[in-house]
Amino acid sequence: MAVPVILAVATMTFFLVKLAPGGPFDSEKAVSPQVLKNLNEVYNLDASQWEQYTDYMSGLLQGDFGPSFKYPGRSVTEMIGIGLPITFELALYAILIAVIIGVLAGVLAALKRNTLLDFIPMAIAMIGICVPTFLMGPLLVLIFGIQLEWLPVSGWGQLAGDKILPSVTLGFAYAAYIARLSRGGMLEVLNQDFIRTARAKGLTEIMVVTKHAMQGGLIPVVSFLGPAVAGLLAGSFVVETIFQIPGLGRFYVEAALNRDYTMILGTTIFFSAMIVFFNLLSDLAALWLNPRSRDV
Amino acid sequence: MKHLYLALTVIIFISGCSSSVSPVDDGLEKGIFHIGNGAEPQGLDPHIVTGVPEHHILISLCEGLTTSNPMGGENLPGVAESWDVSEDGTIYTFYLQKNGKWSNGDPLTADDLVWSWKRILTASLGSQYPDMLYYVKGAYEYHSGLTNDFKDVGIEALDDYTFRVHLKNPTPFFLGLLSHYSTWPVHKDTVLKHGDIDDRNGQWTRPGNFVCNGAFQLKSWELNSKIVVTKSPTYWDADTVKLNEIHYHVTTNIMTEDRMFRSGQIHTTYTLPSNKCTAYIADKNPALKIDPYMGTYFYRLNTKDPILKDPLVRRALAFSINREQLVDKVTKCGQLPAYSFTPPGAAGYEPNTEISFDPEYAKSLLKEAGYESTEDFPKLEILFNTNEDHRKIALAIQQMWQQNLGIDVQLVNQDWKVYLAREMIGDYQVSRAGWIGDYEDPNTFLDLLRPNRGNNKTGWENAEYDSLVEQANTLQDQDLRYELLSKAENILINEMPIIPLYTYVRAYQLSPDVKGFYPNYLDHHHPKYIYLERD
Repeated sequence: MAVPVILAVATMTFFLVKLAPGGPFDSEKAVSPQVLKNLNEVYNLDASQWEQYTDYMSGLLQGDFGPSFKYPGRSVTEMIGIGLPITFELALYAILIAVIIGVLAGVLAALKRNTLLDFIPMAIAMIGICVPTFLMGPLLVLIFGIQLEWLPVSGWGQLAGDKILPSVTLGFAYAAYIARLSRGGMLEVLNQDFIRTARAKGLTEIMVVTKHAMQGGLIPVVSFLGPAVAGLLAGSFVVETIFQIPGLGRFYVEAALNRDYTMILGTTIFFSAMIVFFNLLSDLAALWLNPRSRDV
Repeated sequence: MKHLYLALTVIIFISGCSSSVSPVDDGLEKGIFHIGNGAEPQGLDPHIVTGVPEHHILISLCEGLTTSNPMGGENLPGVAESWDVSEDGTIYTFYLQKNGKWSNGDPLTADDLVWSWKRILTASLGSQYPDMLYYVKGAYEYHSGLTNDFKDVGIEALDDYTFRVHLKNPTPFFLGLLSHYSTWPVHKDTVLKHGDIDDRNGQWTRPGNFVCNGAFQLKSWELNSKIVVTKSPTYWDADTVKLNEIHYHVTTNIMTEDRMFRSGQIHTTYTLPSNKCTAYIADKNPALKIDPYMGTYFYRLNTKDPILKDPLVRRALAFSINREQLVDKVTKCGQLPAYSFTPPGAAGYEPNTEISFDPEYAKSLLKEAGYESTEDFPKLEILFNTNEDHRKIALAIQQMWQQNLGIDVQLVNQDWKVYLAREMIGDYQVSRAGWIGDYEDPNTFLDLLRPNRGNNKTGWENAEYDSLVEQANTLQDQDLRYELLSKAENILINEMPIIPLYTYVRAYQLSPDVKGFYPNYLDHHHPKYIYLERD
């Protein structure tokens, strides 16, 4: 299924970007018709749509995303190669933070239901869900970067500690979701017979929770993680912009604004492949965790 | 649980925790200048790129025959140590620096310049600024394929260190053009090692490959992050250069850039969020700089539009705008009301046009145009690209036209590329625009509205205007020339295909540690004069 999906995405994107008004070489200082003709020739934009499409697709099948129109001398593959590890690293830290904080808060809230330990983390989670990253980011920067001067306000891997604030900003929103999901999942499992049996066997509470309850209680979290990772990769644009991080998310959005056709196509195809892959991965993980679905 | 703590600790350590000295303090000690430089540069090939961030970097890496004066005014020597001009003003002979070298140690000769200009005029390269050289005999003809023999182009290397240019007409601003990066030389062997003369995608601009002749050399280039240049020992004027390194930081988000400046990550910003400007003025922020800038913010009027084809209507619109109010209450960052298209004071040129705020006169013009009652006047549309500042200005103009003329105005905002495309095909009535001078001369503005200029976009054509501008560029006598240009400017304002609104300023933040960073009209800051010192 994955290959046809990606091919369909590539084809649709190819024709959709061409439909958008404006071209890659439009600028405030208009280029002369002569120069525009030369540029179109250089990038094969004077060929028929069909010819351009077949050229692009045959390049794509050989793993060649073509040259960037906006950045002469750079290929799309090279730019994805530069941006991807950074976005990946950011997403990894964010998801780690999200899982650690989210699961801890969620499990704790489920165990101490209807106490302050339930209400406070869940209230914070609600705030985390409601406050968008474009507000959370500058807020954290203002407190920890400018007022307290503990951490750098921008960059990635250039100044000591500059990865902390972006990772926390991106992770926090997902932590909130995970906290609510794990609380819900845990509550459902904790009331089941096999947990009662485990307790009756005399297992310690920690053993009951970690060995028995969490395995089933966290299935919703695991199912959420696949799309979440894909979402983190494709949706890190806001955080990358706030913190001036040279990741792939920024290329993606800027390519669309610049009408950098090959870059839009390259990043869209790449992100759709990622989404397909991570959804598949989370389905497999959920299958492995849930004995019932294994039997089906 | 243990594992979770471990993971958390790992994250913190990966992020690293060490010194807390800010880059600005560290830069002061090591002679490293940190610049907020706006968008990621398109590239570093001076013949291909366009844009201000690119210019900031190229001015440190490469150099033209002349360099712009950091204090504004007459150009200073660059690759050429001196030059003379023939009596009729059409032949420029440049005497090159004898110790002029490329960053790889090769001598820079007149042949390099000939080859570089040939490259700019090679149509298949797709340079976007070939018109900078169209003043040279045969340049336009070669670029547009009317001749294929480069010998027809009026440039020659008399010997290794003498370069001669034959112009079509005396062009008083010609030396100014030479400090624009699009006319600078590139290293032939390096370019050809990585591609053909017309290869746009050659890898010669990458660190390790890059060879040029500026005060600094390319050290590293982290895409979308920063470019580092380091002092060049081969530069002819290396003794003047005081900085050891310059770090050009990509700062796409202006709010982030402001925070970077406040936390000591950069010495200067590319720009300033407009809402911060008022606050910083009120706070008397010592880092705030508001310098004159040779640019005009204006509204284009589509003269092919059935309503706007009448100059009376266009004038009525212009005379009903209160420009003082616009700069005091809307833009609020030191901008000056504009009463001419060319910003006043460009190379001593003072336009004498006037566009007073006179609603009564404006109304009478509309009446004269046949609109007895304002209810007869059809709805107008202002097109602008999506941007909060443009929206605020459009809202103010909408209100002024509504209040003073009773005209119903609709605002249309579009994504940048859609806006450009609509402007280009004339699918608009009124459209916001801005123009920044490429060189310090009124021609960089007035040339824009000549017929058949790609940037005219208003559909306006005026034979007298065209011939005045054309004629002015054949004159050597600057006073006489400015007289003709002033006449042309009067025709322009009388016909009003564009409505000037305000003259730009360059608002930015600059650390008090930065010295030798002088305000000038073109906003050209040659880094060889800049140094860091704490008072």
